[in-house]
Amino acid sequence: MGKKILLEHVDVPGIQTLEVYRKMGGYQAVEKALKSMNPDEVVEEVKKSGLRGRGGAGFPTGMKWSFLDKKSDKPRYLVCNADESEPGTFKDRYLMQRIPHMLIEGMICSSFALGARTSYIYVRGEMMYVIRILEKAIAEAYAAGLLGKNILGSDYSLDLYVQPGGGAYICGEETALLESLEGKRGNPRNKPPFPAVWGLYGCPTVVNNVETIADVPWIINHGGDAYAAIGIGKSTGTKLISACGNIKKPGVYEIELGVPVEEFIYSDEYCGGITEGRKLKAVVAGGSSVPILPADLILTTANNEKRLMTYESLSDGGFVSGTMLGSGGFIVFDDRQCIVRNLWNFSRFYHHESCGQCSPCREGTGWMEKVLHRIEHGHGKMSDIDLLVDVAKKIEGKTICPLGEAAAWPVASAIRHFRAEFEEHVRNPDSCLKKHLHREAALAH
Amino acid sequence: MFFSESRIKEIEEIKKRYPEGRHKSALLPVLHLAQADHSWLSVDLMDEVARLLKLEPIEVYEVASFYTMFHLKPVGKYVIEVCRTGPCCNVGAEELIHHMEDKLGIRIGETTSDGLFTLKTVECLAACGTGPVLQIGPEYHYHENLTPEKFDQLISELRAKA
Repeated sequence: MGKKILLEHVDVPGIQTLEVYRKMGGYQAVEKALKSMNPDEVVEEVKKSGLRGRGGAGFPTGMKWSFLDKKSDKPRYLVCNADESEPGTFKDRYLMQRIPHMLIEGMICSSFALGARTSYIYVRGEMMYVIRILEKAIAEAYAAGLLGKNILGSDYSLDLYVQPGGGAYICGEETALLESLEGKRGNPRNKPPFPAVWGLYGCPTVVNNVETIADVPWIINHGGDAYAAIGIGKSTGTKLISACGNIKKPGVYEIELGVPVEEFIYSDEYCGGITEGRKLKAVVAGGSSVPILPADLILTTANNEKRLMTYESLSDGGFVSGTMLGSGGFIVFDDRQCIVRNLWNFSRFYHHESCGQCSPCREGTGWMEKVLHRIEHGHGKMSDIDLLVDVAKKIEGKTICPLGEAAAWPVASAIRHFRAEFEEHVRNPDSCLKKHLHREAALAH
Repeated sequence: MFFSESRIKEIEEIKKRYPEGRHKSALLPVLHLAQADHSWLSVDLMDEVARLLKLEPIEVYEVASFYTMFHLKPVGKYVIEVCRTGPCCNVGAEELIHHMEDKLGIRIGETTSDGLFTLKTVECLAACGTGPVLQIGPEYHYHENLTPEKFDQLISELRAKA
């Protein structure tokens, strides 16, 4: 069993309540930080921990915090990104639903470190029931003097609010999220200036993912060095992986970074292997945006080394033979799954979610969806395959925000690794169509 | 009257979450409340939200039309939103969606003639490990690990409740 930092007490009855959470050691980090540390010391521990942003980009959290404009006399804000919408990712919802106080404790500690007096948790609107859970927990924290004026008798005060989104994947991008929090359409901003200088209401702002913030109390309690001792190299600590698709045990798992991918997929501690009688075909390891890898390349790198669940090992080989840890949304495909159909589905997603601000993304995602639709539905041409690669290339790097890349990478990687399957769809359109009609007919009975 | 007195008070409380002069931030929470009360956002209702938040009507329209959760046309009593994204499809969402259409006798985007159910597809609901998944407004409860049988049962329960 690996070390558990976030999910150690997840199954304790009543852990949703302040009383039980405190009994299990909750809010000790708030006491420690507010009574015996200054904000810079908290930032220093987070830097030492090597913690990296758990939303997908993997940027060092301590460094992100240190970019906050200290010279500005404007208020500073901490905004938690709980807009979890990346297909395959459901770890933040799980964490907020099961241990809401852990996020609130992390928000208090992190806001203290950053000098924020008002902080927001931006939760995607679809998770209305999670919003209700968080609001209840926040009310408990206020009543216990853990939020509001002079927290635990210190001179630090903080107000914390939950903000609902309205249904838009793009608001997971931090500047789109800030626009949305200001009551506008979620159109990403041009960067620079970065939020650390010009964020919410034009004030210095840090935006962090739920899991990132939830890691902070443990780091304060045990020290950055203890956190950095877990994991391998620059992949320190633990990571929540949400595993789904054709596996025996879908769910949220906390792993020590460094677990071999093969162990993660096949051991009973984690996914428990592929659904009975089927073979592993491919994996999307870090949410729908990261490159898909075929079975052989997800288990071992191109250099024939065991692939590990770390930022570095998963990206080994670049985009030629590697992928990314991303958000930890781990989607497993068995040998029944059609790569073309799945890619058409993902392309439809990105087309639907493009905010429409940049032409390459707005037009390109629609174009890719249409071409993939016709290949999947038996009207494709051989030249369509390279047309897709060409369109993907013309989106990548040419948009204000990374949704362009998120839409382009799955297309480029699926064709790179599964070109034969696309060609087969063009040559023998009936075989795939029949398979799907067959499935639909079988399920109708 | 679009809002009850207690709703108006609630909206005033929401405005206090934001700094002086930043009450536009209250727009999304208030639109959710407006939709909870009226099931969909008519132009008149959006104009009232604009008046309450001291915004131009266009500021409300452009936001309401950007976010997929807001209904700009009348909907049924229960809005059923089923996930159509990849991971759910890996575990049977496409077949389930066909079944839902057949069961209710409507297509995606339509409302049953008794005004009870509106059927919509949505993108990923962050429940990929427990798919297929749908949620039902106005409360937005999640229903996970769905099968055609479970869906039929859910519909029976909702019909009995209505």
